[in-house]
Amino acid sequence: MTWKAENTGGMADAASDARLEEALKNFRQSVHAWSDAACSRRRTEIRIAARGGWRLASAWALGCALAVGGLGTGLYQHHHVEVLARIKAAQQARQQQLAAQQRAERADENLLATVDSDISRTVPAAMEPLAQLMDEGESQSTGN
Amino acid sequence: MKMRRKTVNLGGMRASTRVMAAGTVVKPMTAETAEGIAAQEFARIVESHRPQIFRFLLASTRDMDLAETLTQECFLKAHRNWKHFRGESTAMTWLMRIAINLQKDHWRNRRLQFWRQTRINAVDLDEASEWLPSGERTAEQQLLAREQVGHVWKAMEGLSERQRTVFLLRYVEEQELGDIAVATGLSEGTVKAHLSRALTKVRAALGGRR
Repeated sequence: MTWKAENTGGMADAASDARLEEALKNFRQSVHAWSDAACSRRRTEIRIAARGGWRLASAWALGCALAVGGLGTGLYQHHHVEVLARIKAAQQARQQQLAAQQRAERADENLLATVDSDISRTVPAAMEPLAQLMDEGESQSTGN
Repeated sequence: MKMRRKTVNLGGMRASTRVMAAGTVVKPMTAETAEGIAAQEFARIVESHRPQIFRFLLASTRDMDLAETLTQECFLKAHRNWKHFRGESTAMTWLMRIAINLQKDHWRNRRLQFWRQTRINAVDLDEASEWLPSGERTAEQQLLAREQVGHVWKAMEGLSERQRTVFLLRYVEEQELGDIAVATGLSEGTVKAHLSRALTKVRAALGGRR
């Protein structure tokens, strides 16, 4: 196909016609080359984007896994610390209870000792001659 | 959900299983089969005609992204209306008509929105003229060819929308006048008149007779 079919006006200028025909041919080839290059570029971009998309998805998956792992570890740690704290608190409470119990027992013992010593040493005035006699008898027997 | 299996009437016969004289059983063509064949056919048409549609839109707009978007839209629209395509023209002519209409709609919408920015993403004429096939040419020939291509692009700037469309379809896509008339919705006489005016302007840009 040439442009001549549509050319209806005036005398044909051979040089001008040849130049026009050549220019139209070059123009067609130029547009085809541009379009082919654009198409191949687009295909490459799509391929890269697909590859990039796969990488992005992998990165997201890895990131999510790490985040979930980190969060899980954090929660486990928190739970573990809480349990340890509870055990420690229970142990402290038991120790305090034991200490309180021991203190109470010691206080009772002290009280009993005090009472014993008070009872043993305090002799009513009416019983004083008898107590002296007992002391003398004890000294005589030990002296013999 | 209950699936219904439709059958297609083939050549005036009921689409039930037919037994031929030789005893060969011909299974009826179901709607699913017909749709599958149509989809395959459409995919084949997309593959074969996409480069031409893209090229036409690229040359019309000088904008790769816009040409890509309009090409996508063109095939989306064609896919939606594929069942209405009756084969009165070639698939290429039908697709080209859709592409031309989409392009017209695009420019109209852009003009309504902000007419000054209609060509904001288009590459300039020098860049468009850079593209030449890597044939066996001397540097001088390449320079001359580039210059000529630049002149044609410049002349295209001065063409009306219809002249440009007709010019591209004829001299880039190498379509017949009848097909151009169908694709543009113009008569052949009008197509010839547009081509003649476009050629006069291109010739003038090349420095020939007016």
